Order: sequence, then C-alpha cells, then structure tokens
Amino acid sequence: MKSTWRPGRWLIILPPLLFLALFFLIPFAFAFKISFAETAPRVPPFTDVLSFGADHHLHLAASLGNYRYLISDEVYGVAYLYSLRTAFFSTLICLALGYPMAYAIARAPKSSQGLLLLIIMLPFWTSFLLRVYALEGIIRDNGFLNTALLHLGLISQPLHIMRTSLAVYLGIIYSYLPFMVLPLFATLEKLDPTLLEAAADLGSTPRRAFVDITLPLSVPGVIAGSMLVFIPAVGEFVIPSLLGGPNNLMIGRVLWDEFFGNHDWPVASAVAIAFLLLLVGPIAIYQYYNVRQLEA
Amino acid sequence: MERRSSAMLNSALFGGIAILYLPIAVLIAYSFNASPLVNVWGGFSTEWYGQLLHNRQLLEAALLSLEVAVAASSGAVLLGTLAATALVRFARFPGRLLLTGMVNAPLVMPEIITGITQLLLFVSMVQLIGWPHRGFTTIVIAHVTFCTAYVTITVQSRLAAADRSLEEAAMDLGASPARAFIDITLPIIAPAIISSWLLCFTLSLDDLVISSFVAGPGASTLPMVIYSKVKLGVSPDINALASLIVCAVGVCIVSAGYLMARGDRRRALETQLAARQ
Repeated sequence: MKSTWRPGRWLIILPPLLFLALFFLIPFAFAFKISFAETAPRVPPFTDVLSFGADHHLHLAASLGNYRYLISDEVYGVAYLYSLRTAFFSTLICLALGYPMAYAIARAPKSSQGLLLLIIMLPFWTSFLLRVYALEGIIRDNGFLNTALLHLGLISQPLHIMRTSLAVYLGIIYSYLPFMVLPLFATLEKLDPTLLEAAADLGSTPRRAFVDITLPLSVPGVIAGSMLVFIPAVGEFVIPSLLGGPNNLMIGRVLWDEFFGNHDWPVASAVAIAFLLLLVGPIAIYQYYNVRQLEA
Repeated sequence: MERRSSAMLNSALFGGIAILYLPIAVLIAYSFNASPLVNVWGGFSTEWYGQLLHNRQLLEAALLSLEVAVAASSGAVLLGTLAATALVRFARFPGRLLLTGMVNAPLVMPEIITGITQLLLFVSMVQLIGWPHRGFTTIVIAHVTFCTAYVTITVQSRLAAADRSLEEAAMDLGASPARAFIDITLPIIAPAIISSWLLCFTLSLDDLVISSFVAGPGASTLPMVIYSKVKLGVSPDINALASLIVCAVGVCIVSAGYLMARGDRRRALETQLAARQ
C-alpha cells in the first residue's frame, strides 16, 4: 500500500515546494546579488553583477559600495536602532497587556472561549491599513480622545500625540496585540489544571502556583507571541509612515523611501539584506519553538 | 483572592477588547457624519457612501483588488492544501524541513523585505525569460506566496486531527489512495479549506506593502489608492469606504469562524455517536 503512494507523492509535494522555493526563497538570492550592483539610468535601474562578456566569459562586477554607504551614512544605523528599540518595548507592552487577556480567555468557560477568540481574531484579520487609519481618528489633535478629554475638563490643551514616538508605539501595540494573545492562549489552554490543584493541595498560594507552574509552562507561548510581534514590528512601514513624524525613522520606512523616493534599488537591496541578517536570530528562535509546539 | 484575581483578569480582557474595537467603532460612526469637517458632528447622512459610487479611481482599484483576491486565495488554497497533506501524511521526504521553513517564514517575515525581494526576482525573470510583466500576474503570485502559509497552517491542524482509519477502511474496500482521500478526507477538511479561502481573501484584499512593490507603475490595488489618500489625513469618504471594507471583512471572518466551529461540533458529535455504537 505504501508503494502505491510513492509516485503520487511527488505530485503532492512538488507544487508547493517548487512554488515557494521559486517565489519566496530564490528572491533573497536575487536581492543579495543586486545589493552588490550600482544604480544605472536604465530599466531595471541597476548594473549587471554577473554578465557574459564578448569573450563568452562570465564577468563579475560586484561592488561593496552599497554596504560601505550603509555604514558610513548614520541614517541607517540610527534607523536600525530606533526600529529595534521601538519593536522591543512595544513587544514588552503587548506581552503585559496580552498575557492577562489570554489567561482570562483560557480560564473562561469552554462554551464562551470560541466567541472570545473570534472577538480577538476579528481585528487581527481586519484591514491593517484601515485600523491604523482608524487609530489616527482617535489620537489626532482634534480626534476622539482629545475631544473627550477636553469635554470632561481633564485637559485644557489638546495632547499632541500624532507624529511622535508615542503615536508609533500606540499604533504598533494596537495593531499587534492580537498576535500576542493567540499563541499565549494556545499554550495556556493546554496547561493541565490538575498541576495547579496539586500545588494548592500542597499549600501553595495561587500567586505562588502561578509563578512556579503557569509562568514557566507558558514560556513557549510567550516566545512565539513575542516573536510574532517583534519581527514584523521591526520592519513596520505603515505605522511610522502614517502616525510617526519625520524623526520616527524606522528601517522599513527608510527602505521604502530609498526604493520609491530615491529609486536606488541596489541600496534598498543592501538595506533589506542587512535587515534580514539582523532578523535571522529571532526568526530561527520562532521556527524552533513553532516546530516544538507542533510536535507537542 | 481567587475572585479578585478573576475580576481583574476579566477587566483586563474586556479593557483590551474595548481598545481593539473603539477606533473602528468611532470610524464607522463618523462615516455617517453629514459634516465634511471630520471633527464636528453635523447630523446623520449617507452622502459619503453615495460619493464612493462616483469615484472611478476607487471603483477600478476595488475591482482589481477583488480579482486579485479571488485568484490568489484560490491558488493559495490549492498549494496550501497540498503542502499540508505532504507535511501531515509523509513523515519523511527530502525537502520536508525546507517546506516547513518556507511555510512558516512568510508569517513573520516583514512585508517590506518580501516585497522588495519578490520585485527583484520578477524584474530579473523578465530580463531572463521575458515573464512575468508587472501587474495583475505579479500581484497574484506574491499574494499566493504569503497566503499559502496561512492555508497550510489551518488545514494542517485539521488534517492532523482527522481520523486516518476511515481512509484506511476505504482503501481496504478497494478504493485507490487518491479516491479515498477525495471521498473521505476532503469532506472532513472542507471547512478548514473554505475558511482559509475566506481568510486569504481578506489578507489579499488588505495587502498594501507587498502589492506596492510588485504592482509596477500601471496597476493600483484598493489599499494602494487608500494609502495615498490616507497620507493626506482623515477624510469622510475614506471613513465610508473603510466602514464598508471592515464590514465585508467582518462577514468573511465570522463565517470562517462559524464554519470551523460547526465542523468541530459535528466532528465531536460523530465521534460520540461512533463511540456509543
């Protein structure tokens, strides 16, 4: 019976494998190659790194100029650091907000869990761009928040939130919170309640049991959720572009401007490759915990 | 202590949910504002919705986005179901680790990186083989790539939970493996397939960053048009459009969730019945 599967097997494996290899993996090789090219006034706007000359030999014209430029121009270093810092603190705040939410859903009656999850999921799937836009309606100088606070007499001047770092933080936390809650819930739901009962029987306070049992066992969910927030947040473009000011240069925005503003494709590729190298560690951690969770 | 911590947890949950929904609720409310000033309430009106119908640029972009979304989610459902089948059913094959990685990585990869690398591939391919020219085709290919990841993960979990012995029984009765898969397993995973199609549809309809890179100068999807308008600030006709999209997406997601939940319930019921017999 096994052998009857064999020939058909590759009909199942190959289409997704080849498609993803061609359109997801191989593009990185092209970006890597083009990051060594130079801009040129032609279509596409860069020089050939590899070419066959008139003598039918393969010529390599690789330039490290783009990488040297990334190091010498401090805009890039500043943007990388700002992106990492913003993503890191947003992830911490998402964790602080998301953990109790996930815990509350995990402890809710089974019958209402589905509905609660759907309520959390709904914004997660709703247009990202439109949610950021909706947030702008809240935090604008004459937006909902300021109008409400002025009306209540809590402030006498509108708060300037738009175009500041605070707006970028609020945007990331608001947009990525569901990414944190879902993996945390998945881990907390699997937690064996008898462990907590045993701890209570042995005289442990609920707080003690939480610290000694629940928290350590939820580490895989904490890591998966944190990576799901941190990695995309580092590369965020829409939020700093719509809510941030000129000082809130995140690396995604720098890459976008390099590409669409300066039309410098090789430098944009070098930014992308350098950025990817920074993310290899976090992505590897995410994959590791993901595979482990699937096997569990 | 127990009750107090419960109350605190629940208020954290409902506080969080309120934060998630408040901006959308305010946006929908203001889409019915008669006043063109976005911060002054000038009475109820559906004027902005009417204006949308006369905006050719928006309508064309919406049509393109819908076509892309249908094509991309159908392609992704096909590839993702195959990938899920391979990963669940074949414990060992060359490239398994590679496939697992390529299925999971798009979920966390910043869109801006995926977008630029895919564009560079398309441009290089045009130089080498003269295909694919930027526009509808490249947007669909790019969307299929990230949507496949979501389909694979959704279908994978459902397939792993499906009872393998039913399929084996069919094969013992003379069905070919393909026949057994189509007649037995496919109906079991159908809710997961349909709901992941709906999820891909909303993801594709929503994508701004990747589309902006791969679309090329000629084509503009709906999010690209919305982004260029939103860059200029909050405006009432975008409020109306946003409310329509949010409601459409909401319907998609709620039906996807309902399908999955109903599938779960039915399966639980069937298992119970089978156990009783």
